Amino acid sequence: MTDVSTIDIPTPYQPYTTEDGRKIGDVVMEMKNITLRFGGVTAIKDISFDIREGEVRAIIGPNGAGKSSMLNVISGFYHPQEGEIWYRGEKRPPMKPYEIARQGIARTFQNIALFKGMTTLDNIMTGRLTHMKSGILAQAFWKGRAEREEIEQREKAERIIDFLEIQAIRKAPVGSLPYGLQKRVELGRALVAEPSLLLLDEPMAGMNVEEKEDMSRFILDVNDEFGTTIALIEHDMGVVMDISDRVVVMDYGAKIGDGTPDEVRNNQQVIDAYLGVSHD
Amino acid sequence: MLYREVGDFKTSYKADGQTFPIAFDRYRYYAVLLIAFALVPFLLNDYWVKAIVLPFLIYSIAAIGLNILTGYCGQVSLGSGGFMAVGAYSCYKFMTGMDIWLPFGENGESIQYALPPLNIFFSVILGGFTTALVGILFGLPSLRIKGFYLAVATLAAQFFLVWLFNKWSWTYNYSASGQITAPERLLFGQAITGPSTEPWATYLFCLVFVVVLALVARNLTRGHLGRSWMAIRDMDIAAEIIGVNPMKAKLTAFAISSFYIGIAGALLFAVYLGAVEVGEVYGIQKSFLVLFMIIIGGLGSIFGSFAGAAFMVLLPVLLKNVLVGQLGWATDIAAHLEFAIVGALIIVFLIAEPHGLAQLWRVIKEKLRLWPFPH
Repeated sequence: MTDVSTIDIPTPYQPYTTEDGRKIGDVVMEMKNITLRFGGVTAIKDISFDIREGEVRAIIGPNGAGKSSMLNVISGFYHPQEGEIWYRGEKRPPMKPYEIARQGIARTFQNIALFKGMTTLDNIMTGRLTHMKSGILAQAFWKGRAEREEIEQREKAERIIDFLEIQAIRKAPVGSLPYGLQKRVELGRALVAEPSLLLLDEPMAGMNVEEKEDMSRFILDVNDEFGTTIALIEHDMGVVMDISDRVVVMDYGAKIGDGTPDEVRNNQQVIDAYLGVSHD
Repeated sequence: MLYREVGDFKTSYKADGQTFPIAFDRYRYYAVLLIAFALVPFLLNDYWVKAIVLPFLIYSIAAIGLNILTGYCGQVSLGSGGFMAVGAYSCYKFMTGMDIWLPFGENGESIQYALPPLNIFFSVILGGFTTALVGILFGLPSLRIKGFYLAVATLAAQFFLVWLFNKWSWTYNYSASGQITAPERLLFGQAITGPSTEPWATYLFCLVFVVVLALVARNLTRGHLGRSWMAIRDMDIAAEIIGVNPMKAKLTAFAISSFYIGIAGALLFAVYLGAVEVGEVYGIQKSFLVLFMIIIGGLGSIFGSFAGAAFMVLLPVLLKNVLVGQLGWATDIAAHLEFAIVGALIIVFLIAEPHGLAQLWRVIKEKLRLWPFPH
């Protein structure tokens, strides 16, 4: 049995520049010995890993491995029973999800969680909520700050709409859009908040090849143009190995591998977890 | 070609984000305002004001209020009647000079102090603010419970408030009948409440409230507060993850919605009815009436609130005129038939057009864009 520690890239390691010229910086978020239980079920067992500034970090693993639970821990839906979360060099106390959003962490969901009754534009504008400060009175009479702010934020929203090439569906109710576009709008809603850490829960689930290519391109562009750190869960191994800088592999709630795509690909434990192994 | 947006280009986000982006809509809105303020007051007689116009205006405010809470924020409320009662009774206390107890007496005992009677305009506004506070209080359960369970909690508010105004004699100034009666109050020398009001004066008084409150509602719902309400309505988990504080969103919705409903209750009592007994006027049936208005009119639409209020006010008048006036039926049969028709309509709307009259109006507008050429 391979020892996990021999696969890990030695930490802490220095900021470096990737082959394609992106700068990978310091550790932004560090999970230390996270354990999450639901009653008698242990969803996450003593997992530690870090996410570095500017990188695309993938979390992979078979179904039920605890990947989504991990993302929910990061975004504050679940509070782990044990372990610490360090964000930007500080230990994060237990927080409500909306407080975590204000710290610059945005995410998308595995099953699209758009606001179905609202238009594309309104959905994306909702992503700017944390940047809007005008009071009730200013909004009630649509004067001063409320009006100014709305136009400022609209410009930010339009930039994302241009970026994701969804200008044509700006005023369309999102409930009526095709699946691939809904996924894109959801990415836009997370992106418009200008997060420093973007969490994507299966951004390519249920997509055809073209849609996957589009989405991969958007993810890489986001990372490249805005310098956003991205942590994503994905099942399509081809995509994961192509776009991510480092990969965490989980199985039955435990971490079985961590490293660059090549290292993970050659890890015997990872191969066993995916292909199955005879227990004798 | 009655209705078109061709050639109506926008070159700024401000122009694109305005309330009526299509020029035709905008001019129609100005025309309606002009007619309502400059023409209608001269045409009104007592019957029209009492039977149709005042109830329509007042219930429009209540419907907008409930629509903010239920249609925009997704929190079902069956407490509208109770909140209207809070508006009415607090307006009554403010306009008759509220007596309060201050704990500053010589030996620590409280002294009674009567506020001077306030102007009717400010009494109505303060009635709204009082209701907003009560609304926040009864909105607290919404932080933990949703849907039907919340509806039951607001139902409790309804019954509790009616009970309170029956039992707490201070609220009706210890009158023997338990009723509250609006004394005559003037605004700019013109009687607004009391027995000798002019139809146009009461109409204009209510109209000002309706226009301002509708504009405010529109502004609130298109701003970031409105988006946070709709986000909570459509998917509360996702709303929280993008930074909506659910407590703040829900409680502001309860507060603002109750403010509107309180003002509607105050106007209903002071300007329209003149004297009310709480259980009779502000009972559970009033809660359902306002709820039906927004269901038939359209959830999440300001226009729908007006349409629903107009529908529910006009339908009984129309039925009565046709069945009793034209066909000569007995009044009680006509009244019972009204219940049956309203009930059937609610079911029809819920099945056929859950988005109400507002959606029908949108469909008509879509059709009109192409009319008379179908392609």
